[in-house]
Amino acid sequence: MTIKLGVPSKGRLMEKTIDWFGARGVTLSRTGSDREYAGAVEGVEGVSLVLLSAGEVPRELAAGRIHFGVTGTDLVQEKLPLWEQQVAPVQELGFGFADLVIAVPQAWVDVETLDDLDAVATAFRQAHGMRLRIATKYHRLVRECLRQAGVADYALVDSQGATEGTVANETAEAIADITSSGETLRANHLKILEDGPLLRSQATLWRSRIAAATDEERQLCAGFVDAVTR
Amino acid sequence: MTTRRDVLARAAALRRAFEDAGAQVVETPILQPAETLLDLYGEDIRARAYVTSDALRGEQMLRPDFTVPVVQMHTAEGAEPARYTYSGEVFRRQEQDPTRANEYLQVGFEVFDRENPAAADAEVFALLAHAVAPLNLRPATGDIGILMAAVRGLETTTARKAALLRHIWRPRRFRALLDRYAGRTAPSKQRLALLEGATPQSAGVLIGCRSQAEIDARVALLREDAQAPTISIAEVELLDALLNVRETLPYALQNLKDLSVDMPSIAQAVERLAQRADALSARGIAVEDLPFEASYGRTSMEYYDGFVFGFHSPDRADLPPIATGGRYDALTQRLGGGSAIPAVGGVLRPDLMALLETDA
Repeated sequence: MTIKLGVPSKGRLMEKTIDWFGARGVTLSRTGSDREYAGAVEGVEGVSLVLLSAGEVPRELAAGRIHFGVTGTDLVQEKLPLWEQQVAPVQELGFGFADLVIAVPQAWVDVETLDDLDAVATAFRQAHGMRLRIATKYHRLVRECLRQAGVADYALVDSQGATEGTVANETAEAIADITSSGETLRANHLKILEDGPLLRSQATLWRSRIAAATDEERQLCAGFVDAVTR
Repeated sequence: MTTRRDVLARAAALRRAFEDAGAQVVETPILQPAETLLDLYGEDIRARAYVTSDALRGEQMLRPDFTVPVVQMHTAEGAEPARYTYSGEVFRRQEQDPTRANEYLQVGFEVFDRENPAAADAEVFALLAHAVAPLNLRPATGDIGILMAAVRGLETTTARKAALLRHIWRPRRFRALLDRYAGRTAPSKQRLALLEGATPQSAGVLIGCRSQAEIDARVALLREDAQAPTISIAEVELLDALLNVRETLPYALQNLKDLSVDMPSIAQAVERLAQRADALSARGIAVEDLPFEASYGRTSMEYYDGFVFGFHSPDRADLPPIATGGRYDALTQRLGGGSAIPAVGGVLRPDLMALLETDA
């Protein structure tokens, strides 16, 4: 009987996660070759490691197939409706900082805030016969934030990568994306709206509210939380 | 426990009652072209309607309501005056609350009539009130037309009025705009510099479809707007007083008449409310107990622009309204290619009606 910990399977996020657990006496390692997506956990009892893409962690937590998982706040909120009922944050890990921001061309000197964006969207629709397009992969989050802010006359267009390039390519007028420094945005002649980010995200250790039914599992979970948060 | 068969039987009975009241039965396709609905409701509709697509017809939506297809059908082939009834499934995505149904029946009654709007309003309300009478629901009424008249009557620029009218259904944005026009929020340093005519330093390379001419035009508009006098505190207070009217209909009417002394722009709309009260009374509705709320319908009923109403369960506040309706003259204008047909209608939720009856 073991409980399962889901951890991002590649890149800096994986390395930093391994370091974070390592600093707390919990060693995560891949078993077998570097290509195998399973691993071992030492330093705490009864925990096995599952390596997955950070984007899949929310779904696996919500399905109860893993008991704990490391992924960003942005991904949890984008992918899980009523996320508070399905997962609970155990600990923010202090890395993987990223803000979901709306960015528009720097040359739009008349646009500073969502208020301006809304006004521009109306005028744009009148002039071009289409709604102002915002490229993003965070559809739910962006729509919800814009609804709350009362922005109308925009359309979301899907962009799964190289989102910063969509404005120059004229497939969107603005973008909503995750940024850590804003460097790429500036390089693409975009600027961030000054209302502040729609969401502030960082790598977080989550507990599934769905998994863990038996007493033994619950005990193992409590032991794990103790080990990494003390 | 209510079964689907119970709900279908109830829906059929409700539709029959509407037929008896003179309505013609109509059927509309379940798949609706997404573009029309997106144009009308904006991107928000994607959070509420199921979208699907094929290579030939592009994006389609499972109908989120009947109003749009019924209006389109009437504009294309209807004679006037007309009364329609329908019964069928509507589909709503639920992303927040798993207890809300994503597919349910609606039975509706719609009146297209130019002659006597007050009588048509009363006819629809009375029919729906009669249908839900055994359930002891709490009625709610309002009138978006009064609010719109108040905004049109503000002493300010046409551009500001248009912006406020556009956001009547988004109270937060409406409030932010009003605060700005009343001079309650100060522009940022950067904005002040722009307004005072300084060319911004790091404007950057222009990319994208929005042209320099469009940017310049908006800067000109912003500068023009900065010169416009602020909306007076007295006017904002009147508007707030109007938004806060919440009384039984006769008292609300008195309040509004008093307000219209200082806000003559609403007088006509208030007169229409008075005519509606008489028409409701003539239909046997106890108007002296009927609640009226000036802001009712502002957050949820975006295409209504006159009379709005709903019936809520006092014991089950968790349920959505059991019946809703209102007047949507502007919608017929937008869908009808410019020709408006005064229209009012309402829908019932037979599933919730059955549920409440089994609860009782």
